[in-house]
Amino acid sequence: MSTEIEKHSREVGDRTFKARATNLGIDLFLGLFGLLMILPLVLLVANAFKTPQEMLSWPPTVIPAQPTLANIEAVLADTPLLRWIFNSFSFALLSAIAILITSTIAGYILAKFPSRAMSVLFAIILATAIVPFEVYMIPLYFQAQSMGLLNSVWGLLLGYLVMSFGIFLIRQNVIHSIPDELLEAARIDGAGEIWIFIRIVVPLLRGALGALFVLAFFQAWTAFAWPLIVATTKDSYTIEVGLALFQTGFTVDLGRLSAASAIVLVPSVALFVFLRRNFVQGVASTGLKE
Amino acid sequence: MLKRRRLLFSLLAILPVIAIFAFVRVYPISEILRLSLHKWDILSKKKPFIGLRNFQELLGDRLFHEALFNTSIIAFGVLLITIPLSLVIAALIFHRTRSRFAAFYETAVFIPHVVSLVPAAMAWKWIFDARLGPLNAFLSIFGVKPMSWLFDPVLSIICVIVLCSWQALGFAVLIYLVGFKSLPVSVYEAAKLDGASGRQSFWHLSVPMLKPITLYVSVVTLVSAFNVYAQVYVLASDAQGAPGRQVRVLVLDMLENSFRNYRVGYAASEAVVLLAIVLLLTFVQFSLLRDKRAPR
Repeated sequence: MSTEIEKHSREVGDRTFKARATNLGIDLFLGLFGLLMILPLVLLVANAFKTPQEMLSWPPTVIPAQPTLANIEAVLADTPLLRWIFNSFSFALLSAIAILITSTIAGYILAKFPSRAMSVLFAIILATAIVPFEVYMIPLYFQAQSMGLLNSVWGLLLGYLVMSFGIFLIRQNVIHSIPDELLEAARIDGAGEIWIFIRIVVPLLRGALGALFVLAFFQAWTAFAWPLIVATTKDSYTIEVGLALFQTGFTVDLGRLSAASAIVLVPSVALFVFLRRNFVQGVASTGLKE
Repeated sequence: MLKRRRLLFSLLAILPVIAIFAFVRVYPISEILRLSLHKWDILSKKKPFIGLRNFQELLGDRLFHEALFNTSIIAFGVLLITIPLSLVIAALIFHRTRSRFAAFYETAVFIPHVVSLVPAAMAWKWIFDARLGPLNAFLSIFGVKPMSWLFDPVLSIICVIVLCSWQALGFAVLIYLVGFKSLPVSVYEAAKLDGASGRQSFWHLSVPMLKPITLYVSVVTLVSAFNVYAQVYVLASDAQGAPGRQVRVLVLDMLENSFRNYRVGYAASEAVVLLAIVLLLTFVQFSLLRDKRAPR
């Protein structure tokens, strides 16, 4: 009898030991995998501070032995990098604000003022959401051209004023988190529709709006094809376009390229880590479309 | 009275949004369909309707075939790498949710998805570089001869696939994690009581129950890979500033026809083909989903 119990407890002990070992193995694997995923970016940033000799050394060093700022100084002298960053930043910020405003209004009205016309409208919005931007950017380019908006942040903005998914996201959030009774109570108290929207609806959507803002900002920040065709003068490039064209140049060396990339990467990765919760929530909700 | 005021408010509020939406989405989409049926060159004044002749020309266009072929290879290559890998990674991260490193795993896998495309592509361009890149240096340890990754037509497509998969992985893992969190715990407990191992419950419970998520992630991954452009622009451009000579993809061919050859109508027909591919993929997703819901 006692041996039975001993045997049993040994089995349980074995199992927890085995489970711990498995977990340790998984942690090791995931940790290594995670490091491998960010290694290209880490090495790129490291290269920005290396001398030309050290850049060729094998194995590549993560922390430069003789850190130098020469690359960064050279790239800032060669290119209007700060201007490009400013262009990208204002484009992304304005786009995020525009998308926030259009999505909040449309999402709220579509959720709380149902009618047949609104359903048709919503169906159209969902249908256009499937169409990739690359499909219709050529006609949009000619629209920007005829309005004289090429080579300006307003031309860039034209493509990123609305976001079908944003309208969808806000509509779902209004349906789930704002009860009709609340709006009715406010109306009975004599509140106007605009007051209700600004004072009741918008504050209740704070979480979703945060997620949408981050999503929209990064979407514009990383846009490539549209800025490439709309912005064709050196002063109007976004950082993505500026870097892409800069790297095709003849005289450009690896150090300067890495320096330019690092200047862009470090703040955007920092911003992402800072806003991670919002971002993950935003992207995760895209998976709940069905 | 009150009702009418409410109706008026809703119409006035949504009207500007509809106007913007129509101007920057509905109109250009309808324009691309119209242009694809016209001989619409920037230089010539006459822009006659020519029916399906643009599409007929596409059938015999060698460059377009090359672009369509490369893009399809890239899209399905990315799919084949991303889906199994992200499913496994997500399962492992989910298994270790309570680990204090879980946030690091999630962030590390997701960062490549959010960083700017061009700097990230430049990092990989350096890695693949034939003379300076660490990849050849690493492979030489195992006696592999250095290869010019970005100048060989086959190898450069593999490089693009690696870069795109590296970026797509984080998104897929994130969506799978949402999926794992929504699975019923009781089923797993029952399986455990019946003596199923972790691996068994992964194969026989998680994988089938996550099928709708897999479909969704597959379609999103495929659609975004069919629109690949920036990655190719950076990776496969040479020092002469001739981007994309090595790997021609659909968006590149389209932009070249429109802005270098000034053949906007012809480029529009390519955009319509891209749209058709996307619609087909979405349709396949929905019909497979419906199959699953139907009684067996």
